[in-house]
Amino acid sequence: MRESRYWILSLGAAVCLVVLLGIHLSIMHLDTLLAYLGVVNADPLHYQAVMARGRSGGWVLAYILLLAFGLYHGLYGLRSVLSEVVSPTGQRLLTWAVVAVGFIAFTWGTYVVIKSSLMGGV
Amino acid sequence: MRRYNNRLGIRGWIYAGNYGLERYLYFLHRISGLGLIFYLLLHIGVTSARIYGGAAWEQTMSLLSGPAFKLGEYVLMAGAIFHAANGLRLIITELGMCIGTPGRQEYPYVSSVRKQRRLMIVVMIIIAVLLLISGVDFFIL
Repeated sequence: MRESRYWILSLGAAVCLVVLLGIHLSIMHLDTLLAYLGVVNADPLHYQAVMARGRSGGWVLAYILLLAFGLYHGLYGLRSVLSEVVSPTGQRLLTWAVVAVGFIAFTWGTYVVIKSSLMGGV
Repeated sequence: MRRYNNRLGIRGWIYAGNYGLERYLYFLHRISGLGLIFYLLLHIGVTSARIYGGAAWEQTMSLLSGPAFKLGEYVLMAGAIFHAANGLRLIITELGMCIGTPGRQEYPYVSSVRKQRRLMIVVMIIIAVLLLISGVDFFIL
C-alpha cells in the first residue's frame, strides 16, 4: 500500500476517534456534569460499573474500535515524528518496531476486553 | 555527492522563527499527540487490572488517586480536546475548505495563512470553551 493511503487511513481513524473518544472521555471524566444535566452516570470507575460496561456488546465493540483507531492513528503519528530523527537506514526498522508495538498492544487490549465480557460481571 | 542535512531535530519542531501562530499550533499538536499515544499504551496496561478481580482493580485505582493524578487527568483531557479540535481544523483545511478562493497576487503580498486564520480563531474559542467546561467538572462540581 502506498504511503499516502496509510496517511488517508490515519485521517479517517482520527475522525472516528473524535466521536468515540469524545463519548469515552465525557462518560469517564465529565460524570459530575452529566449527572447535573440529568444523565444518570454513577461512579464510572467503580468496579461494578466497569464490569457492567464490559458485559455490554456495544461497549465491547466501542472499546475494540477505540483500540484499533487509537493505536493506528497514534502509532502512525509516532512513526512520522520519529522518522525525522531516525537515520534513513533505520526507517524500515522503525516501521517494524511501531507495527510490533501496535500488534502487542492491540492483542493484549482486545484480550482484556473480551475476557472481561466473558467474566459475567461481578 | 555530500548529502545536505535537512534534519533539524527537536529544535526544528519548536523553533518557528517568523512563521505565524499556526506553526506553533503544529508544535502543540505534535506534543499533545505524543503525550496521548504514550498515555494510551499506559492506559491499556493499567485498565487490564479489571480482569484480575475487584480487589486488584480497587488497589490500582487507589494508587492512581490524589490531587496530582487529578491534575494529570485534566492535562490529559486538555491535550485530547486540543488535539481533536486542532486536528479537525487541519483536516478541514486539507480538504480545501475555509481557505478562501485563489486570487491574483498584488503587491504588497499577503500571506495565504491569513485566509485560514478565521477558522483557527473559531477553533481556539471552541477549545477554550471545552477546557472551561471540563475544568468546572474536574475542579468545581
